[in-house]
Amino acid sequence: MTDAWILVGRELRHWARQPFQLIVNLIFPIMLVLMFGYLFGGSMIVPGGGDYKEFLLPGMFAMTMAFGVEATFTAISTDANKGVTDRFRSMPMARSAVVLGRAGADMLDSAANLVVLMACGLLMGWSWHNGPVKAAAAVGLLLLLRFSLLWLGIYLGLLLRSPESVMALQILIWPISFLSNVFVSPGNMPTVLAKIAEWNPLTATVDSIRWLFGNPGGQDSIWLAIAWPLVIIVIFFPLSVRRYQRMSR
Amino acid sequence: MNSVQCIGLRKNYGDKAALDGLDLEVKGGTVCGLLGPNGAGKTTAVRILTTLTRPDGGSASVAGFDVVKQARQVKERIGLVGQHAAVDEILSGRQNLVMFGRLYHLGSKRAATRADELLEQFGLQDTGRKAVKDYSGGMRRRLDLAASLILAPPVLFLDEPTTGLDPRGRNEVWQAVRGLVGSGATVLLTTQYLEEADQLADQICIIDHGRVIANGTPDDLKGIDHLDVVVRSASDLETTRGILGPESEVDVDNRRVSVPVKDRLATLTQVARALEDAGIAVEDIGLRRPTLDEVFLELTGGASK
Repeated sequence: MTDAWILVGRELRHWARQPFQLIVNLIFPIMLVLMFGYLFGGSMIVPGGGDYKEFLLPGMFAMTMAFGVEATFTAISTDANKGVTDRFRSMPMARSAVVLGRAGADMLDSAANLVVLMACGLLMGWSWHNGPVKAAAAVGLLLLLRFSLLWLGIYLGLLLRSPESVMALQILIWPISFLSNVFVSPGNMPTVLAKIAEWNPLTATVDSIRWLFGNPGGQDSIWLAIAWPLVIIVIFFPLSVRRYQRMSR
Repeated sequence: MNSVQCIGLRKNYGDKAALDGLDLEVKGGTVCGLLGPNGAGKTTAVRILTTLTRPDGGSASVAGFDVVKQARQVKERIGLVGQHAAVDEILSGRQNLVMFGRLYHLGSKRAATRADELLEQFGLQDTGRKAVKDYSGGMRRRLDLAASLILAPPVLFLDEPTTGLDPRGRNEVWQAVRGLVGSGATVLLTTQYLEEADQLADQICIIDHGRVIANGTPDDLKGIDHLDVVVRSASDLETTRGILGPESEVDVDNRRVSVPVKDRLATLTQVARALEDAGIAVEDIGLRRPTLDEVFLELTGGASK
């Protein structure tokens, strides 16, 4: 456990040494919010009426969680590629610390991102309307989604081991994020796309947190918003562990 | 006592044998150079000895502990310098050493003092606070070496420690390794360069296709130094070849004849006199260390090429 904490501390030192990188990472989702909120916002149709910014922000929260896969992937594949993972494995430290440390660092990273984005949302006029308990539950669902995607990032990072392929990952993550209810309701999409968007794991989380926050367009699909991340964990947690063990082949 | 011992070590990747019954013994406090071409199995051997890879057969022990059954005890007693500088590039050199020190379970205060000691030992005290990504290749490798020495391990593995470095960086690393040898540590070093093994090692093991094909001190291998004669006119090549004997090889493009020699100076004087008597205009004559290719040709009769 101590070993894992030391590796979380490594991430905090990265922030301190690269404040510019940190700011860029934080500004990017804010930029998207501003762009969609003000530039496209006027021509967006919110299901059941209501303010588009209120509709948009919960979607952006979830999308930021999805983009976190890229950070996990980059960190894991860089370490594997540079031999840092091998150095850890040749040291007398807990076997699980490398993965636990990554998990801790990334959850912290995403939580910080979420705080900044929520603060930005509050400034733009977004808010939660159902009290702090339901708002906290919504945050919990977001972090659960992030936690599940962590294992996808670790698995892919250990599988590909080349930080450069993060570009390929982006090409995959972006359409998956957009093909959901993050920006528009699936009701306004062509039938085929709407079907895909309805089944997108992001959609379940976004529906539920809109409902919990009391924002427009939400509906209660909490069970699905819990089930999807669990399915992702059940698939990718064992795959990641197996990949890690296979490094000793 | 042997610090490193491999008995019939085997490792297959698919149907290709990376190690095919490797036997190796390194005595405590000595430096062993594991010499071989790419794909000979050097890195696989080091990965097994440092507990990173499991062997398929045979056994191996480091500092008296079995690398499979007592991996933890092995890890506490080794340092590993791999082919990449395995350090965090965003952190500074000092932050790297402190982090690895804490992962070796030194207290944070002890980790900090140890980091400063090592930075000084490796001549990095002035750059200790700079990000590693701004380091030169030689500095990175020295930092990597420092990180492997945090616990002053009794057995140190260096896997091609100078690959990809310029001559200056290579000298820096050689200096650092020589400094360690005095401290009584056992070092197993892999390299593709005979010169490097000769500079640093007490004992050289030449491996090819996953097994040891020759084993001895650098002086043993010096028995097969080469004598090169470069003649001014290509028409003299055949006569020169006659003087150097049937083992010699002719390189027509460079007007060079070379031959492996055992008694170095005696042969050189003899050949020089014979060339003079034959009236051959010599542009260059001298002894040189054989290249790895030539050592292989000697040892395998060309079979490994």
